[in-house]
Amino acid sequence: MTDSPVTETSAIGSAVADYGDLTRMPDARGHFGPYGGRFVSETLSFALEDLEKTYLALRDDPDFRAEFDYDLAQYVGRPSPLYHAARWSEKLGGAQIWLKREDLNHTGAHKVNNTIGQALLAKKSGKPRVIAETGAGQHGVATATVAARLGLKCDVYMGAEDVERQKVNVYRMRLLGADVIPVESGSRTLKDAMNEALRDWVTNVDDTFYIIGTVAGPHPYPLLVRDFNAVVGREARAQSLEQIGRLPDALVACVGGGSNALGLFYPFVEDVDVRMYGVEAGGDGVETGRHAAPLASDAPRGVLHGNRTYLMSDEGGQVADTHSVSAGLDYPGVGPEHALWKDVGRVQYVAANDTQVLEAFRELTRLEGIMPALESAHALAHAKVLAPTMRPDQHIVVNLSGRGDKDIQTVAEIDGIQF
Amino acid sequence: MNRIDQRFATLKEQRRTALIPYITAGDPSPEHTVGFMHALVEAGADVIELGVPFSDPMADGPVIQKACERALRHGTRLHHLFDMVREFRQADTQTPVVLMGYLNPIERLGYDAFAERASEAGVDGVLVVDMPPEEADEFGPLLKSHGLASIFLIAPTTSRSRAATICAHGEGYLYYVSLKGVTGGAAANAEDVAEHLAPLREMTTLPLCVGFGIRDGASAAAVGRVADGVVVGSALVNRIAEGADHPATIAPALKEVLGDMRHALDS
Ligand SMILES: Cc1ncc(COP(=O)(O)O)c(C=O)c1O
Repeated sequence: MTDSPVTETSAIGSAVADYGDLTRMPDARGHFGPYGGRFVSETLSFALEDLEKTYLALRDDPDFRAEFDYDLAQYVGRPSPLYHAARWSEKLGGAQIWLKREDLNHTGAHKVNNTIGQALLAKKSGKPRVIAETGAGQHGVATATVAARLGLKCDVYMGAEDVERQKVNVYRMRLLGADVIPVESGSRTLKDAMNEALRDWVTNVDDTFYIIGTVAGPHPYPLLVRDFNAVVGREARAQSLEQIGRLPDALVACVGGGSNALGLFYPFVEDVDVRMYGVEAGGDGVETGRHAAPLASDAPRGVLHGNRTYLMSDEGGQVADTHSVSAGLDYPGVGPEHALWKDVGRVQYVAANDTQVLEAFRELTRLEGIMPALESAHALAHAKVLAPTMRPDQHIVVNLSGRGDKDIQTVAEIDGIQF
Repeated sequence: MNRIDQRFATLKEQRRTALIPYITAGDPSPEHTVGFMHALVEAGADVIELGVPFSDPMADGPVIQKACERALRHGTRLHHLFDMVREFRQADTQTPVVLMGYLNPIERLGYDAFAERASEAGVDGVLVVDMPPEEADEFGPLLKSHGLASIFLIAPTTSRSRAATICAHGEGYLYYVSLKGVTGGAAANAEDVAEHLAPLREMTTLPLCVGFGIRDGASAAAVGRVADGVVVGSALVNRIAEGADHPATIAPALKEVLGDMRHALDS
C-alpha cells in the first residue's frame, strides 16, 4: 500500500487510469486501490489463504464452471427474465424500465447465486459445517438451502432486531434444518451478526466454512462473491442486446454490502455509455444522520470486518448505528470495490428514504403485480426519480434483487395491521 | 533502548517470566484507569496492555465485549488513552505500556497523528488485532520511526512461512494466541503451547508471550514454564465487571488476581 488511508482521491488516480483497470481488481493482495485487503486477526489468515488458493485454482476450471452453471440453471432456475415494466414506465412518463427478475430465483433473491458458488467451494474443502451472517434473512435462507442440499450442518447468525422483523425467513431457515442464533450485542443488526459469525469462525475454523453473503469481508470474499453474482450482469447485458436491441442507458441497483449491485454492474464496467446508480438506504433521510448510506453520505474511510472501505463511524472511529426499514441494507460499511468505484466516478451513489421506498414498493405491486423486497424497492425508488428525467426511447435496467414476501409483516405493521 | 526491550532484558537476567495484564481503558469509566494501572504494577505487572475500546471487537469474547461497551458508554475514545498514559508516566517511567485494539479508531485519527501522539504520551508498543504484517507496510515503519514497537500475533493456525514473516516484522515481543477462538475462551494447554513455541524459537530471539486462556495462578505457572511471558485479560476484566457498581473494590480485586499469578510464576 503506497497511499495513506487519510489522503483523498489523489492516490486513486494512480491505481485506475481507465475503466478497463477496474476489470483487473483486486490486486494479488486483495486490494481495490486503497480499499479491501485482509484485516483479520492472525488465527484466520491461514483459512483465508487456503480459501484464496482453492478459489483461484478453480476460478477458470471448466469443470468447476460447468458445475456452477448447471446448478444455476437446474436448481436456481436461471437465466432470470428481463421484464419490461411497460405499465409502470408509462405511469412515470419517461424512460422504459426493465426489471432483472432475481426475485424469481429459487429462494427468492440474488443471494443464492453466491451461496451456490460458495457451497461448491465448501464441498471441495471437505468441511462438515457452514456458517453465515444474515440481515434480511435472504442470505441465511440461501445458505440453509444449499446446506440442506449438501447435508452440511448450518448455523446462521442474525441480529436480534432482524430476527424480530424477518420472522418468516427465520422460520424458513429452521424448516431447512439450520440453527438461527440471535445476536444481542451492539446494534443487534447485520454488522453484529457478522462480528459473531467471525467469532464463531475463529473458534471453529478447522471444521467450518464461512459463507459470507455480500461483497465485503476479507480477501478473497469480495472477489468471489462478485464473481458468483456477475451472472446477473452477464445475462442482463445479453438480454438487453436481444430485447432492447442495444445496451441500456442506465443501471440501477440497491447497495447494502453491494453484491447484487456489483453482480449487475461488473459486466458493464467498460461500457462507458451505460450510467450506473447504486442506491443506499436513506432511512429517515441522509440529512438526519439516521440512515445506512456510507457512500451517499460521504462517510470517512475505515476498516471493519476485514476490509478497508467507506464506513460510518464517529470522530473516535467507533462504528455508527444505522437505520433502515430494510434489514438487508442496514449496514454501516459497503464492499471495498464500491468504495473504489465511487472514487473513480464510475457509479453514482445515491440514497432513497424509507418513505420513498414504501411508495415504490406499493406502486410496483399495484401496477405490475410484482411485490419487491424492501431492499430492491430502494432501487425502484431511484428509478422513479430517474425515469421522468429521461426520454421514452431510453432504457433503465433495475435489479429486482428479491421478492417481498418476507416483508409483508413489516409493511402490514406500518399500515397498522396485526395478523 | 525501548522500555519493552529493557524490561525483557532485565527479566532474562533475573530468569523470571513476564506477567502482562490487559485491561480495557475506560472500564468501568475513564477516571479509574490510571489507578488500575498503578495497582497492576504494584501487584507485579511487567508490561501493561491497555485496550482501546471498540464498538465491534471481533476477536473478543463476551467479557471484553462488555468492557468495551462500558468504556464507550462513558465516552472513552482513543485520544483519552493518550491522556491516561501521560498521567501514568508522571508516577511510573519504567513500566512499558502497549496499546492494544482494533484498527478503525487509529485509521480515523490518522497513522501519523497516532504515532506522534502515542509516542509523545509515553506509549511503548502497539498491537492492532486486525492488522497482520501484510497490511502494516505503511503503519509499521511509521511506528518504528517514533520508537514504538509493532507487536504481532501468532496463532496455532499460523503456517511456518507466515510465522517467519511475522517474526521478521515483529518488535518488542511476539504474542502467541494459545487457542483458536476469542478472548475469554477455554484454558490454555501448556504442552500444546510448548509444541508451537519450539519452532518459533528457531526463527526469532524476540520474547514469546502467550495469551488467551490464562485464568489463574495455575494456568499462568504452567504456561510460564515454556514461555517468556503470560498475558492475562478476561480474568482481570471479569473482576472489573463485578466491581463496576463499586469501583473502589476493583483495584484490590485486580491486585489479588494478579498477585496470585505473580506468586505462582515466581515460585
Ligand atoms: C433482496 C435483497 N437485496 C439486496 C440485499 C442487500 O445485499 P447486497 O447489497 O449485497 O446485494 C439483500 C440483503 O439481505 C436482499 O435480501
